[in-house]
Amino acid sequence: MKHVYGWLLLTPAAILLVGFTHYPAAATLFDSLFSTGTVVRPSRFVGIGNYAALADDPIFWQVLGNNFWFALGTIPTSMTIAMLMAIWVNDRLPARALARMAYFTPTVLPMIAVANLWLFFYTPQIGLLDQINAALFNAPSHNWLGDPRTVLACTMVMVIWKEAGFFMIFYLAALQSLPPELEEAARMDGASRWYFFRRVTFPLLMPTTLFVLVNATINSFKLVDHLFILTKGGPDNASSLLLYYIYQVAFSFFDTAYASTLTVVLLLLLAGLALVQFQLIERRVHYR
Amino acid sequence: MSEIVLEEVSKHYGAVRAVDGVSFRADAGKFLVLLGPSGCGKSTVLRLIAGLEDVTAGRILIEGRDVTRLAPEKRRISMVFQSYALFPHLSVAENIVFGLKVRRAPPAVRESRLAGVAELAGVGAALARAPAQLSGGQRQRVARARAIVAENRICLMDEPLSNLDAQLRHGMRVEIRALQQRLGMTVVYVTHDQVEAMSMADRVILMREGRIEQAGSPEELYARPATTFAARFIGTPPMNLAALADGPGGAVIRGTAGAPVLAGRGTGRVLGVRPEHVTLVARGGVPGSVSSAEYHGADTILTVQVGAESLLVRAAGRVELAPGAAVRLGWEADKVHLFDAGSGARVELDQPLPQPA
Repeated sequence: MKHVYGWLLLTPAAILLVGFTHYPAAATLFDSLFSTGTVVRPSRFVGIGNYAALADDPIFWQVLGNNFWFALGTIPTSMTIAMLMAIWVNDRLPARALARMAYFTPTVLPMIAVANLWLFFYTPQIGLLDQINAALFNAPSHNWLGDPRTVLACTMVMVIWKEAGFFMIFYLAALQSLPPELEEAARMDGASRWYFFRRVTFPLLMPTTLFVLVNATINSFKLVDHLFILTKGGPDNASSLLLYYIYQVAFSFFDTAYASTLTVVLLLLLAGLALVQFQLIERRVHYR
Repeated sequence: MSEIVLEEVSKHYGAVRAVDGVSFRADAGKFLVLLGPSGCGKSTVLRLIAGLEDVTAGRILIEGRDVTRLAPEKRRISMVFQSYALFPHLSVAENIVFGLKVRRAPPAVRESRLAGVAELAGVGAALARAPAQLSGGQRQRVARARAIVAENRICLMDEPLSNLDAQLRHGMRVEIRALQQRLGMTVVYVTHDQVEAMSMADRVILMREGRIEQAGSPEELYARPATTFAARFIGTPPMNLAALADGPGGAVIRGTAGAPVLAGRGTGRVLGVRPEHVTLVARGGVPGSVSSAEYHGADTILTVQVGAESLLVRAAGRVELAPGAAVRLGWEADKVHLFDAGSGARVELDQPLPQPA
């Protein structure tokens, strides 16, 4: 009888987990091994055929490359800015609460709203960026989001602006948990603020840094809302990211099998990254 | 020489006077204890000496040099923190030489000094370990090693033993005192534990609400407390303080009829006598009745109701007295202290005391 109660208690959570996580994951893997069925041509088993097609898909490689640069451009920058902001607002300064709130505000805004806001910055001629450029440097108008060379950088700047405040909260919490006597002891020894940061604060923030790194990495593959507003992945897929490409394949081109294949690749990629990062955490954060 | 002088030092936080016009001198090579209950300003005084807080008014001189506005690292003093403030990510050895590295001491100097202080502080076996792997006592020793490695002549200690259990504390008191004497350091030591003050100090400064209540050697504080506050703070159990009243033959303990304890006026005065100086006598003395007896092993603490006051008596060995038993209490005339009931200040006895025995 005991077993029955146990299973009954587990059931609600199990249904949700299986229905929305495990079954879709297994189904995705399964679908990626079949062709997309149509009315005239039913779905059939193709083995790794979809994966072979993926290897030959230039857009996939372009989008993967975009995602790589996007991650490389946003993660270290937003983390550095987050740490600096946290150290800054952790100090005794006038209107500290206001400064903290100001830094945190972008995080609270929905990505859609943020993207709309930045759309006005990047709009040619009437946008903030172009107006400043025209006023200060007398520069000609530039279509920031229409130029394949600048569009990815533009979305990166916006994402950094949005993400840094969020990561700052984690750093701020970590900084506040450091006992103030550590800094006082270092001061008595004559350590400069920079020396103390380099030898004490930064190493003690390492657990937070790794936690934020994991989150930032996942976010860099997860955050695609802005593309719907700003660029739709264009021009010529120059700003598209892996998840947005999956969305397009699945719901614009209705090629569900190929979308499943892309999804499996994305999941493998994220799992691999998570594994590497947890290995790092195990090795670097042992002093506690 | 490495003495510290405070001249009318004050520290105010808004309207709160954490430290209010404190002046004292910590002599070179001596062990000075700042004693007082929590919130009395003793730790703030220490932080002012260290330079971790800025004084509101007054001057601080170290080795004859005015350091009032000097940064902490320029004052050439070491400090042991209550929490030890060890860097959790550094090994014991790295913790100890942290300050030497900051000051760019050559590696050879660092190594030799590290070996020296590790030996002195008794942490030689733990050098490669992390602070989290050490016991409380070991951490305390590391904090001490870190303080002496800079070879400063002055060391400040902020309740360094308060995180340790009672058994360990005794050993640590002996170690710290021995280290101070061996190195001839000037130590300013903050504590709320009067046992630490009595057993370690050359000189004790008792503080209360930001001011100095009494300063003197442990013997002076014990033998001649300047106020009822000092009388109660030093000694376990604390001194008996009994309000006096006027009686026919002289001052009597409030609520008693006869048995004068003092010639002259009683009202407005407080009699002080330590529990260890009160004895049970066969006849004479002050009558009272036992309300409880607490057996401590070496002695028994009796609580005796005398009139409206209850007095503690420290009797040697085991004393079997049931509650309600009638006893007579006596004490020697020179063990009696007298205080003003209003101000709490000590009143000198100008008339000879009749012994109540």
